[in-house]
This record gives sequence, structure tokens and C-alpha cells, in this order.
Amino acid sequence: MILEVAGLSTAYRSQAVLRDVSFSAPEGELIAIVGPNGAGKSTLIKTILGLTPSLGGSVSVFGRPIGDVRTRIGYVPQRESVDWDFPTHALDVVMMGRYGRLGWFRRPGRKEKAIAMECLAGVGMEAFAERQISQLSGGQQQRVFLARALAQDADLYFMDEPFAGVDAATEKAIVELLRRLRSEGKTVIVVHHDLATVPEYFDSVLLLNVTVQAFGPTAEVFTETNLQRTYGGRVAFAVAATGQAKGAEA
Amino acid sequence: MMQLWDSLAALATDPNLRWIALGCMLLGLSSGMIGCFAYLRRQSLMGDTIAHTALPGICVAFLLTGVKSLPVFMLGAIVAGIAGTLAIRVITARSRIKADAAMGIVLSSFFGIGIVLLTMIQHSGDGSQSGLDKFLFGQAASMVGSDVQLMAGVSLLLTFVCTLLFKEFKLLAFDPAFAKGSGFSTSLLDFIMQALVVTAVVAGIQAVGVVLVAALLITPAVSARFWTERLDRMIMLSGAFGMISGLLGAWISSQVFQLPTGPVSVLAAAFVFLVSVLFGTKRGLLTMRLTRSRARQQLQALQGSTASVKEAG
Repeated sequence: MILEVAGLSTAYRSQAVLRDVSFSAPEGELIAIVGPNGAGKSTLIKTILGLTPSLGGSVSVFGRPIGDVRTRIGYVPQRESVDWDFPTHALDVVMMGRYGRLGWFRRPGRKEKAIAMECLAGVGMEAFAERQISQLSGGQQQRVFLARALAQDADLYFMDEPFAGVDAATEKAIVELLRRLRSEGKTVIVVHHDLATVPEYFDSVLLLNVTVQAFGPTAEVFTETNLQRTYGGRVAFAVAATGQAKGAEA
Repeated sequence: MMQLWDSLAALATDPNLRWIALGCMLLGLSSGMIGCFAYLRRQSLMGDTIAHTALPGICVAFLLTGVKSLPVFMLGAIVAGIAGTLAIRVITARSRIKADAAMGIVLSSFFGIGIVLLTMIQHSGDGSQSGLDKFLFGQAASMVGSDVQLMAGVSLLLTFVCTLLFKEFKLLAFDPAFAKGSGFSTSLLDFIMQALVVTAVVAGIQAVGVVLVAALLITPAVSARFWTERLDRMIMLSGAFGMISGLLGAWISSQVFQLPTGPVSVLAAAFVFLVSVLFGTKRGLLTMRLTRSRARQQLQALQGSTASVKEAG
């Protein structure tokens, strides 16, 4: 198991956001975290990464505390979490993926630039290397973020809603990228909101609503019963979405 | 005109004035560089708050020691500045008051205390000679050699730290969550950044004054943003703008009109800002207007050609 989460809990003021979340992620899989709004999907990723404090529980990656293995972990935050009007260009953002390996004080050089360029090409964005980031479309910005994660050259990736608000071309590029990462033996954990594409894109799925509702291989876990339990009042929506997915597969 | 020429000559020949001008330039350089990060992190008002909260610290330092000494005043200013930032943290963490309101409250109440103490000192026996009123608007010309050297040295140190941690500060400003995920201690970086702002403000307090010293942090940074889309260039430009403002402030205030240094420096920075807003090559109003009219012409040309194609078809 590449990632083991045991009894993780967090709260915002007195409201529980995550309660006693435990799961073990197998290596080399694409794993979706799915659940309704406010289920704590992003919080789960951030808490695992230690970006937000937890009330209790433990996280181990590659059998070690996360602080020891930071350079083996890649992270794609939500696109809206940064100011895209920042004075920088696409290649420079991708190079930030190398900062963790460079450590304190050392500046990125020719080698880092070459790696960053390669990663930009990996998401089909090499033509936009010098483009100021505010002048990229939403999908292009998302690809820059993915290229930055590639530059981290990690073994385990966390991606927070990478498919949110992107065009069809970017969605296809992201899916190809995920599959390529899997073929290289990497593990990718993705917060996902589009139920219809879960069976097609992901090997395993974690159904989350404050607590873990179900976790396991998509074929076994992604069932109507489990979705109903996860989405509660929004059953009709959830069922309609899975119906769509089945229709698409057929 | 003759007077202006004489003063320019004095700048070249008078060693004392030359030191003061150099000190103010270095102050402007470091403030301009640090200001870029504060501006990009939306903490523009932090410097202003720290500067205003420093005043009671300076007064208390004088009341306790009874001596007029810049290092002692700086110590008082640092303690009060840190107390002010802590007060803001406590207010925003423990209540639902947002940062801007908390800064407003802390800034004005500390400054109020400072003015009360300052007035008391002025009216006391030997207080009128304390020269503490100079700290309101700054008087670079009144600085003695060792004070100028202290200011210059601190400014150089700030510039060095800012250059050394450029990569880390950039990441912190753009994407703090990613910085933390990459293994950098963001709380340490945040602390260093705060310390730099406090030190820059305190270093500039005698030369530029508590009321306006923060303008040297923000105005050059905002001006530089109009000329470039690259952070490294923005920081160099901002530093250069800061240097120009510092030089003009020190020179004009010491020579021509006997004005306090702060307002003159800030007016120089404001002039650079005005030029930048109008003519900045990346975001200036003129550039944007030209780009838009060029786009319109291209569109019209395109429409014209499609129209003629239709006619031909």
C-alpha cells in the first residue's frame, strides 16, 4: 500500500468536516474521490498533505510520515486557489515543480528549464511557454498546473478537481496524462465531480461524505446503493448520472 | 535654477550629503524589492500599519532611556511594530473582524497613543530638543553619520535576504499551499517576510517618517507592475524606482526647500507611479488603448476582406 490513512478527522469551527476517515491506496492505480459538495473531498487531500491541521488520525506514505517523503509527492491544487494575474509565465510556473527538489536557496538552472519544457510539451503546451499566465484559457491554465506536477517527478500525485471547468480537448489531454502516469507505475488520487466518467477513468473509487461511505475497485464499489448512501437527498441526481454512465458504456 | 545647480554640486562634493543620499537610495532599493512581495501577497497595508504602530514604541523608548539614539528608537519601533502585528493576528483569529478592519483599528489606536506621548514629550522640560517630531515626516538631513551607516547597512542586508530567498518568496506569494506541499516551511517564510517588512519600515523611520515610510514599500512595486509581466524584472524595476525616490527625497529636502524628506520621497514615487499608469509598456493606459485600437483595425480589415469575398462569391 502506497498510502495509508487511519482515523483522520478534521473540523471547521464545531462542524465535523471529516470523521474517522481510513483507507489504504494500492500502488499504480488511478483513484477517484467522489462525494457531494461539502463532503470534505478537498479537505481530505489537504489534510493528508498536512496543508490543513487534523484533529486526529495518522497518514503514512510509502510507510513513512509525509514530511520525510515530500519530494515523492506531487500536488495539483484547485485552479482558483491562485491569482492568475501574478507576474509570471507558463514555463516559470512549471519550473516551480522543481523547487522542492532544489531545496532552500538553490536557483533553478538550465537543467530545470529543460525538464520544465519537457513537461509543458507533455501536456501539449510547449508553444505557450513564454505566455503570461493570465493570458491562458482556463483549460490551458489547468494544463500548466498539471505540467508543474509532472515536473515534481513524483510517485504519488494528488489532484484537486483537475477536470473542473475545462474544455473537451483539455479533458482528453488530462485523461491521457493520467493513463501515462499509471503506465509508469505512479499512483494518482483525484478529487472528481463528474460521476458519469468515474467508471471510465478510474480503477478505484472512494465515496466520501464526511465519513468514508465505500472504498474499493470501481467495478465493485461504484453501485447505485453506495451512491444513494453517499449523496443522500440528491439520490435522483446521482442515479441519473450513473444511468448516463451505463448508457455511455453500452 | 542656479540654486538647483548648486545643490546638485553639493551632492557631488559634500561627503555628508553624499552619504545621506546613498543611504536613502539603499533604503528605497530594499523597500521597493520587499514591497513587491507584500503587494503580490495583498498585504500592502501591512507596512503602513507597522509604521504607524512604531510611533508609540519610539516615544516609550525615549521616555525610558531619556536619550536620543537611533538604535534605541529602532528597538522601540521594532517592539511596537511586532506588538501591532500580533494584535492584528489576535483580532482576526479570535473574532470575525476581517484583516483590513483589524489593521485600521490597530493602526489608528497605536498612532493615537504615539501622538499623545509625543505631545507630552514635546511639552516636557528638555523634550523639545529630543527631535522626536522629526520622526513623523522624516528628516534625512538631520541624520548623523552613524545613523546613516546603520540605515544603509540594514538596507543592504534586506536586499541580500530578498535576493537570497527570491525563489522561496515567489512560490510563497504565488501558491503557498504548493510551497508547503513542496516541503518549504511556509510559516517560517511568512515570518521572515514579516520581519523584512518590519525592518524596512523601521530602517526608514528617521529618514522618511512613520506617516509615509510605507509608501516606499508599495508605490514603487505597483508602478513596476505596469512595465513588466516577469517578477524578477518587476523587483529590479521596483528597487530602481525606490532608489530614485529616495535620492530625490534626500536631495531636494536637504537643499532647496528645507522640506521634510518623507513627503518629497513619496511625491517622487507618486510621480513615477503616474508616469507608469499612463505609459507603462505592459499595462499602462496608453499601451492598452493602442492595443485595443490595433485589434479593432485588424477586426475591421478582416471584416472588410470577408465582405469582399462575399461580394465576389
